[in-house]
Amino acid sequence: MEEAESETGCCMQQSGMEETMKNTELRRHANDVRKGIITAVHSAKAGHPGGSLSSADVFTYLYFEEMNIDPRDPDKEDRDRFVLSKGHNAPGLYAALAHRGYFPVEDLKTLRRLGSYLQGHPCMHIPGVDMASGSLGQGVSAAVGMALGGKMDGRSFRVYTLLGDGEIQEGQVWEAAMLAGFRKLDNLCVIIDNNNLQIDGPIDQVCSPYPIDKKFEAFQFHVIHVDAHDFDALRGAFDEARQFKGMPSCIIMHSLKGKGVSFMENNPDWHGKAPNDQEFAVAMEDLDRIEAQLEKAGEA
Amino acid sequence: MAEKSAVKKIATRESYGQMLAELGEEYPNLVVLDADLAAATKTGIFKKAYPDRHIDCGIAEANMMGVAAGLSLVGKIPFVSSFAMFAAGRAFEQVRNSIGYPHLNVKIGATHAGITVGEDGASHQCNEDIALMRTIPGMVVMCPADDVEARAAVRAALEHEGPVYLRFGRSAVPVINDRPGYEFQIGKGNVVREGKDVTVIATGICVDSALGAAEKLAAEGISAEVLSICTIKPLDEELVLASAGKTGRVVTVEEHSVIGGLGSAVCDCLSEKLPTRVKRLGMQDVFGESGPAAELVAKYGLDAEGVFKSVKAFVKG
Repeated sequence: MEEAESETGCCMQQSGMEETMKNTELRRHANDVRKGIITAVHSAKAGHPGGSLSSADVFTYLYFEEMNIDPRDPDKEDRDRFVLSKGHNAPGLYAALAHRGYFPVEDLKTLRRLGSYLQGHPCMHIPGVDMASGSLGQGVSAAVGMALGGKMDGRSFRVYTLLGDGEIQEGQVWEAAMLAGFRKLDNLCVIIDNNNLQIDGPIDQVCSPYPIDKKFEAFQFHVIHVDAHDFDALRGAFDEARQFKGMPSCIIMHSLKGKGVSFMENNPDWHGKAPNDQEFAVAMEDLDRIEAQLEKAGEA
Repeated sequence: MAEKSAVKKIATRESYGQMLAELGEEYPNLVVLDADLAAATKTGIFKKAYPDRHIDCGIAEANMMGVAAGLSLVGKIPFVSSFAMFAAGRAFEQVRNSIGYPHLNVKIGATHAGITVGEDGASHQCNEDIALMRTIPGMVVMCPADDVEARAAVRAALEHEGPVYLRFGRSAVPVINDRPGYEFQIGKGNVVREGKDVTVIATGICVDSALGAAEKLAAEGISAEVLSICTIKPLDEELVLASAGKTGRVVTVEEHSVIGGLGSAVCDCLSEKLPTRVKRLGMQDVFGESGPAAELVAKYGLDAEGVFKSVKAFVKG
């Protein structure tokens, strides 16, 4: 028994180390995604950096670890689906898709340009995009439809959708939640980017959707709170959501709007504005500094 | 058309429900969504045959459109039903952004269109749906005239890849296309009566009124050509241009606002390609009201008598 226990302990230590390494990798990818966001929005001279940055870690986690996807076969039948219901965070999604290998990272600079496939909000022409979105409250319904279709045919794929905490002010979100809960769509994972800011200010000062958890619980969801910028916590949350049966899951992700770029953090002004050249330089310095720290941590 | 079976009457919503149930076996990926109106939209007929493939979304049309979009993205062919007011009106932006923009294979079966909703009154009489749906790029818009055309249109919609809006009525209407050699094709209209003095272009229940009017006009020495247009978008421009070129005068008849519907579609075509005098019959920028369907149709001048008078005045004027 003692031997067995020590073996288990050893395995746990090993898997702990593996996870630390994995997390360091994920942080690197997330930092690349953040650089992609800043580069794209700066180049476009428009776009939504704040929420893209608050969601950068979850985009990274979903595309680099959680989801069953293949960038070489973006439309494979049994892939997990992702719908960016908060479509204005397209720069975040595009940066994650590009770094995951769906299309060249260089193309991020064409965001919002005339003739570019990288439209201001997700559209069907982009490799890896499962549903066009951008009009708030609509993506979640499409995700419910995908999950329902999967259930009807006993298919194994899961469906993920990311919503803003301001977005849930849209009534359609609750129509969708009602159907998902009623139909017990446990293949559906609704993620709320709870950075507490919307265009007009803090969400609890504009038109408070709180308590978000109790609302989703009332709509028959399994609710999980998580730190949006902690990969161990994200892993735990998504594992729990995947294993929980009989109800759809709602992961309320507590995040920092503008995360990673000092002057954008927790500032609603950066919801939908591009940095000028000087601000771009400062933002990239911030992210270079994080990269250097990660390199150091990796070597240690 | 004198020998048309005037006794047989059926509402196009009934034809819709029956046809869905008939197609269920042939198309196992056909699913039907409704918003608590299955008994009225007649999707209940499909529900009875295929309960597991009928999804009642509750009274939540906006979500229902998105759910249909999602279902189509995982290989289903969804038919989404509600009253025209809620399918095209309430959920317009969802249809536009979640179905039209991504060009998904979703079919919207909207029933209770126009004033023949009757007693429910103006709040439920949608006279704007053709106008709304017609503006969405890539959307096919069909408005069948009778049971035969409705059944054919449902099958054609199912076999067409892309979004389709189908407009059905509440009230029973005469079967007028029950004839040998009847063929249906999306984007193709039919000459249902030949004539030389004036072209009457009608859609939906108004095709029957137009035919009745043509009879009366003939008695007064006016030869009216009647075109039945089921597909309002894409419009059968070739047919419209040929007939307008022959008669030189066009009257459009629809159970819809004259703004944005069949009349507008015909004018769009003629004003660009063959400027022709046009008279548009329909709802003249007004809301409807409560009353029996037949009385409303008469009041707004869309029955055979009303169309006859308008066409006669137009030709003589």
